[in-house]
Amino acid sequence: MDPTTQKLVHTFESLADLGQEVAGTGDFSEMVRTSLHLLLGTLALRRGAVIECNTGLDKTTCLSQWGIGDDYTLELVLDQKDHDHLLNGSFFVLNSELVDDLSGTFNPLYADELRARGIEIIVPMVVHGELRGLVLLGSKASGENFTEEDLGIVRAMARHIGVGIHSRRLLEQIEQRAEENRRLYEELRDIYSDTVRAFAAAIDIKDKYTQGHSERVGRYSEIIARELGWSEQEVEGIKIAGYLHDVGKLVVERDIINAPYRIDAKASSELNRHPAAGFEILKPINHPYADIPLMAKYHHERMDGRGYPEGLTDEQIPLGAKIVCLADSFDAMTTDRPYRKRRSIEDVIEDFRQNTGTQFDPKVVSAFCRALLKELQGQARDKRITRMLGKGYLENERAASLVQQLIGEIDPDRKSNSAGAA
Amino acid sequence: MGEPTGSFVRSHCVGSTAVIYASDYLNKLTGERIERECRKQLDGGCRALVIDFSDTQLVNSIGISILLGIIDVAERSGARVIFSDVNAHTVELFNMLGLTRHVVLVRNQEEALLSADHTASEALPTSH
Repeated sequence: MDPTTQKLVHTFESLADLGQEVAGTGDFSEMVRTSLHLLLGTLALRRGAVIECNTGLDKTTCLSQWGIGDDYTLELVLDQKDHDHLLNGSFFVLNSELVDDLSGTFNPLYADELRARGIEIIVPMVVHGELRGLVLLGSKASGENFTEEDLGIVRAMARHIGVGIHSRRLLEQIEQRAEENRRLYEELRDIYSDTVRAFAAAIDIKDKYTQGHSERVGRYSEIIARELGWSEQEVEGIKIAGYLHDVGKLVVERDIINAPYRIDAKASSELNRHPAAGFEILKPINHPYADIPLMAKYHHERMDGRGYPEGLTDEQIPLGAKIVCLADSFDAMTTDRPYRKRRSIEDVIEDFRQNTGTQFDPKVVSAFCRALLKELQGQARDKRITRMLGKGYLENERAASLVQQLIGEIDPDRKSNSAGAA
Repeated sequence: MGEPTGSFVRSHCVGSTAVIYASDYLNKLTGERIERECRKQLDGGCRALVIDFSDTQLVNSIGISILLGIIDVAERSGARVIFSDVNAHTVELFNMLGLTRHVVLVRNQEEALLSADHTASEALPTSH
């Protein structure tokens, strides 16, 4: 191969490697160091450095240096004259013997020191009309002068490195902003969640017998949704729906809600307005989660169509509403009411058995029972249901076997491995 | 011959000469290992570095830059750098880029050690 062709091939290989390096997503310092090696190795330059210009003229940072002494720290401050010269795309030549005069004299404060370190030319890295940095280069190992062709290669490669630095810094800024946005979103979500919880507590205050009911329904709903494999976003949504499911009770007279006896048909009809009223209250709000108003509206619907307000059946009822329905019923059965004491876990499981498929969706009952069984069998990290039910409630020798039996009945696929499934 | 040294880079010492084996493709990763090994040998008092290219098929720009760094460090330590067993393509590359102005290029390790020995004896102080 003749030397000219060989030089061209060597240069093209270096440019290809450099392109790959600056477009990669690896470590930033490594990218700069490798790029500097590629530039130096293309023309066999014995020393060099890559300097980044920060905002303002007074700051530059040496990103990488080679052959100018490991213990040497390059600290440059550009004055306006030098900055303008470089921004114009012009080189500074510290040893005019090596290059034909390219005009311009670099700040003598640094020029002598750089020359003493073997630096011969200063090449600007201009990207989008901004001086991103400088490449400082020493002499060629061949001892020859830089040719016009060499300077063209240097200019192209320096620009490549500049674009690489610019892109990485841009990416860092974007990542930083994305992280800030994520944090702000988290904060907003927490604020929303806290506000809704406070609102749920306000709803429950109207009913002196069901304090904490909305929050517990939210938490039971969350447990069921998680057991069903919903995403974190969906789980958060169903929890909020649980918190707000009884918001419509705000429009129901307090006497009806607090009646210390079973209410008559007229009062019952008044009370049954609350899901639709809740929907009307929640509908105009722009919730960060889907279908919260619908979950409030349909949480008293039944699989067999005997529920209210619309008498929907099975597939017509949103799954979220079915979850809230079960959570609501479970809390109602396991808390004291003015006209009755709370029911035992055996009774509750029997109620589930009687009403699964007519009132409750089997998938939802199965998911709840699995979560409950994990707690009963000590397989759950956090015993949230146990805590909400209070000390002693689940201390029943038969509870686990009853729950397991129910799972087997309503969801035969999970009979053999009920707690471990899901 | 001395014991091999270095866990990644194959090398051994013959008197005050260190023989360091370049790998099949001299790029950043292998180049930097070789550079570290050379520095270690120079710090240990070696007066000549023989870099054996018998396994090396290809040297890229990064390899060239790192070799120049080794030459630089060796010159500062007053040590000589000898390249041995370089294939024809790489010899052309070294010639074109001017590396051969700074190193001795020999056919094989035997010649390299002879050349290094000659260098060492030249460097010996003359007694009067």
